[in-house]
Amino acid sequence: MIILYTVIILGLLALVLAVILYVIAQKFKVEENPLIDEVVELLPGANCGGCGFPGCGGFASICVTNNSLDGMFCPAGGNETMKKIASLLGLTVEEQEPKVAVIRCNGSKEKRPIVNNYDGIKTCAIAHATFGGETGCIYGCLGFGDCANACSANGITMDEESGLPIFDEKSCTSCGGCVKTCPRGLIELRNQGKNNRRVYVACRNSDKGADAKKACGAACIGCGICMKNCPFEAISLNNNLAYIDFTKCKLCRKCTTGCPTGAILEVNFPPRKSEIINENIN
Amino acid sequence: MLKTFSKGGVHPKENKISTGCKITQIEVPKQACIFVSQHIGAPAEPIVTKGDFVKVGQIIAKAKGFVSANIHSSVSGTVVKIDKAIDVNGYKQTAIFIDTDGDQWLDTIDKSDEIKFDFQNKEIEEIKAKITESGLVGSGGATFPTHVKISIPEGKVCEHLIINAVECEPYLTADHQLMLEHPEEIMIGCKLVQKITRAKKVLIGIENNKQDAVKLLSEVAKKYPDIEVFALKVKYPQGAEKQLIKSLVNREVPSGKLPIEVGCVVQNVGTIFSIYEAVMKNKPFFERVVTVTGKSLTKQSNILARIGTPINLLIEAAGGIPENTGKIIGGGPMMGKALVNEFVPVTKGTSGILLMPKNQSTRPQSCNCIRCGKCMQACPMGLEPYLLKNLSVLGMFEEMQTEHVLDCVECGCCSFTCPAGIPLLDHIRLGKATVNKMLRDKK
Repeated sequence: MIILYTVIILGLLALVLAVILYVIAQKFKVEENPLIDEVVELLPGANCGGCGFPGCGGFASICVTNNSLDGMFCPAGGNETMKKIASLLGLTVEEQEPKVAVIRCNGSKEKRPIVNNYDGIKTCAIAHATFGGETGCIYGCLGFGDCANACSANGITMDEESGLPIFDEKSCTSCGGCVKTCPRGLIELRNQGKNNRRVYVACRNSDKGADAKKACGAACIGCGICMKNCPFEAISLNNNLAYIDFTKCKLCRKCTTGCPTGAILEVNFPPRKSEIINENIN
Repeated sequence: MLKTFSKGGVHPKENKISTGCKITQIEVPKQACIFVSQHIGAPAEPIVTKGDFVKVGQIIAKAKGFVSANIHSSVSGTVVKIDKAIDVNGYKQTAIFIDTDGDQWLDTIDKSDEIKFDFQNKEIEEIKAKITESGLVGSGGATFPTHVKISIPEGKVCEHLIINAVECEPYLTADHQLMLEHPEEIMIGCKLVQKITRAKKVLIGIENNKQDAVKLLSEVAKKYPDIEVFALKVKYPQGAEKQLIKSLVNREVPSGKLPIEVGCVVQNVGTIFSIYEAVMKNKPFFERVVTVTGKSLTKQSNILARIGTPINLLIEAAGGIPENTGKIIGGGPMMGKALVNEFVPVTKGTSGILLMPKNQSTRPQSCNCIRCGKCMQACPMGLEPYLLKNLSVLGMFEEMQTEHVLDCVECGCCSFTCPAGIPLLDHIRLGKATVNKMLRDKK
């Protein structure tokens, strides 16, 4: 009998509570635009924050409520995703050049001699706040890998041999997490470029040429040869440091050949003709 | 029962091995490298150019704004360049390089050893102007411009002028030796500052490990009304401003406020001596006493060094760098910083140079926090270092601000006491810097 009573009482209780819950749920129902969920479905779901909003959900709700895609861009999904969202919402979106993170320091261990030893906490933020760095260059990479820890796509690994981070361009969502983390401001988001080819100055040393060269074999010495060689006026020289404007650069590579220290890097280019000939002779 | 502060503190080994070493002078360097920013506040602006001939004591860079200080030449010779030079942190800063040629002092400076007692007839404005002009900064190490510190804001009254002669850092003896050799000058300096601040009393706090200085100063102080000398129980960091106020007058400075809030002005004893020199002898701040010490150093020294002298000259005068040296530290072992090389110049804030042997200069292996709470007991500001460290690691800087990270005086008691060897202070310092930056950005 006791079992029966228990079942009946609990059953009735459940019924009453269910009715109350149903009534409340109906009364305080939050109308959410079903489009938001659809937009979230289209997004890559990286939740990297590269768009400037709190995760993919935040981005989607702003897209839908604003009813305009001006200034909205998902760096992880790129143009394709944005087009899909635009067609779903019946809006137009401006196409953006895809971007990728690069590190503007090429001072590997062999090029930058160590002048003092650091035995403190192995993070870039603390090392940067404490002292100028283990090498003579106070602008270059500290090599403790804060960027690798900050990368939301696990696309950065630290190279033991050179002491510099390696950026995997395929996994880069260009969220900009590493850019914000680097205490020395070495990482920049640059245009991915045609056929994934890029040319950039891999140095931030703004010391005078002689001092820069003394500290690092791969430093930009601010000689200005690249600026003269550039037919497109894409290169500017400030504080003994050259900078290539990627919106003007046509990837002709005339700057790299003239650079006396090899501070200008070219990525994903096929070998030059002269290099092929040299190899054949060898 | 000797006085001391109540909260926290630690007892590092004193190691004052250079005690009793007379203050010596060394040769003027061949080239002096004088930074334009040797103080807290805006860097001074150079007023000399390449090729100018300057005399010792001549002003070479002018203060820019109120919180800033003049810079004077410490040598006589020709300005060769104004360029960037590496400072103690390894970063580059603007400096004025002067090639030495003889040792010509400005004629206005009184070079004699004679003590001038006629402090009574100096006017307040005259004293103030002299202090501002002479580029004085706190010589304890924080290098806060002195003329700012002694200007009492309107509506505030200074009851006690506190002289910080604690020298709680292990190894350092510069202030101790200064007190032994120049007690009269220090008393006159106290009187001068008392006149400006209108303080009712002058309290000199000295830790009890310097009993000879306590005795000597008490003896000399009898001649001067209102000056009292107190021996304090040895405890680090008694030389921190807020701790010293607590020790001497048992008042607590509120969080984020200055000592004047509780009616006190604190001055370092070295600064007091410089004030005497500036006002009575017309001598600007271009040289200071630096302790050069270390267990394997052959000649322990207290050296009167010109600002801008490369540190290696001081070490050479003290017998050269011993072979087993692991680190050269600027300042004491608790708050000092390891130098990036031995060629950085002496600045207004250099109180000591400490050569640590290799086996003592390695950091302890650190493991996870064992939750013993020793850091909380040691913190003289009543903070929770373990919590601040965790917040710093997690990047929760706003929470750090609500946990009063800005009250941290960076004394290093937490790192010193941690049995797990966690470098708490490094993390907290990063947090403090980030919070300060956040506040500046908000403005």
